[in-house]
Amino acid sequence: MKQFVNIVADPIYSFPITCVLYYYMLKYYKFFGSKKFAWTVTLIAIPVFLIMMADPNFYLIITWPDNIPITILIVAVSFFTWYSIHKAAINDTRQEEGEVPVEATPENREKVWCWPNLVYTEMFAIIAGTVFLIVWAIVFKAPLEEPANPTWAPNPAKAPWYFLGLQEMLVYFDPWMAGVVLPGVIVVGLIAIPYIDTNPKGNGYFCFNDRKFAISSFLFGWLVLWLYLIIVGTFLRGPNWTFYGPFEYWDFHKVVAEYNVNLSEFLWIKFLGTAMPSNILVREALGIVLSLGYMFGLPPLLAKTSFFKELISKIGMIRYYITIVLFLLMFSLPIKMVLRWAFSLKYIVALPEWELNL
Amino acid sequence: MSEVRKHLNRREFFSALTVGWAAFAAASAGLLSLAFRFSYPNVNFEPEMDFVAGLPEDYEEGVDERWKNGFGVWMVKQEGKLVAFSNICTHLGCIPNWQPTDLKFKCPCHGSGFYMNGINFEGPAPRPLERYKISLNTEGKIVVDKTKVYRYEKGQWDHPDSFLEV
Ligand code: FES
Repeated sequence: MKQFVNIVADPIYSFPITCVLYYYMLKYYKFFGSKKFAWTVTLIAIPVFLIMMADPNFYLIITWPDNIPITILIVAVSFFTWYSIHKAAINDTRQEEGEVPVEATPENREKVWCWPNLVYTEMFAIIAGTVFLIVWAIVFKAPLEEPANPTWAPNPAKAPWYFLGLQEMLVYFDPWMAGVVLPGVIVVGLIAIPYIDTNPKGNGYFCFNDRKFAISSFLFGWLVLWLYLIIVGTFLRGPNWTFYGPFEYWDFHKVVAEYNVNLSEFLWIKFLGTAMPSNILVREALGIVLSLGYMFGLPPLLAKTSFFKELISKIGMIRYYITIVLFLLMFSLPIKMVLRWAFSLKYIVALPEWELNL
Repeated sequence: MSEVRKHLNRREFFSALTVGWAAFAAASAGLLSLAFRFSYPNVNFEPEMDFVAGLPEDYEEGVDERWKNGFGVWMVKQEGKLVAFSNICTHLGCIPNWQPTDLKFKCPCHGSGFYMNGINFEGPAPRPLERYKISLNTEGKIVVDKTKVYRYEKGQWDHPDSFLEV
């Protein structure tokens, strides 16, 4: 059983599994959002977690002070995701029956003053947060390590937990892409949401039916990409950034046979059986064409599909293009991950001469 | 407002404006230069950029780590050549480890791997490790100069300064 979990936790399997689970979560969101489901999962999860804690390797990785926030995060995010979907399911059912959302009923429309109601709540939250941090700092001591040495790095060298998703992304991308372009796009994209999402529905009440596309694409980026990668980076990456299952001993000499190949090497050496052309642009032509096609050829093509036609009629051409470019950039991450696992593909465009690798 | 206009004619206004802007620019420049100076350390613990690395006979076939901690250099002797590799990963600049059992340099940050000859073969690193300039001085000792790097993908590994025949 443990062996099985160790194997399945490998991103090669766990990423598709997460995607499938995510799909079914949204497809059957009313079932997922029911109280029965939440109680069942909680009641199953607690004993399972306790049994898993009996494993010494799992115990070590879970109780490592740096990793405890991630356990808290998993519990908190699961709860809040369930909570919002629970509320959305109730409202959607009400709306299907021709009623107004819960938030719009007369007893819920009553208004209160900001002072003292909100301010007191905030003050209490601040005090509770401070107490929590102080207790945390007393219980989990910050490690005092030897002075920094520019010629030595800890192994594994892990970023702070909130950056582990980015560090995991760096496994698949050039630092320019995973360290500068994609994080920048995430920030710009989040800022852009209010401007490209003009759907007036869902204001002030929980819902899913009214904004399916918006909610499912946001939650995909948040749960499946960002959080999943943080969890992988925290619990499943050991020395040399090698994958270790949750019950696996961190053996520093675990050897993973891996040999990554650029798309240009696939094309010229394996497929055409010739030497690599000396002109670097000719060498990378296929990758360049594919990347340009992906970024600039796909959006007009997708605009022809019925789904996006409907979207365009709602939000207009310019908003559509911004949305779809953000969308494609987001999906470049899973695409690249799958290509790496399936074909050991390193870079689609590899121009180390220009420090440009895609 | 009308008070001011009575006392300042156009020319006076502009000279006052010029003086004001000049003073502002000077103050900003002073502050900026202070801030700039502040971003450089007062004491520099960085190792020397070149060092004498003993005699060619001191090195055995394979990877030698004796200069790694002091200077960030791996000496690799292989196939009649002695080269000095930078110990900086070409992906994002972490410090890989030499793994004698697997005969590879392995980076702890995102798992890039390099063969003993510096060629990248696994993980995300886009190019091989960099070589430093290596030469013999008049006493026949090896001098490694880290200010000059030779990059494989630019075809610089054929350069006579990028290796020593041993
Ligand atoms: S820095 Fe070495 S693998 Fe990323």
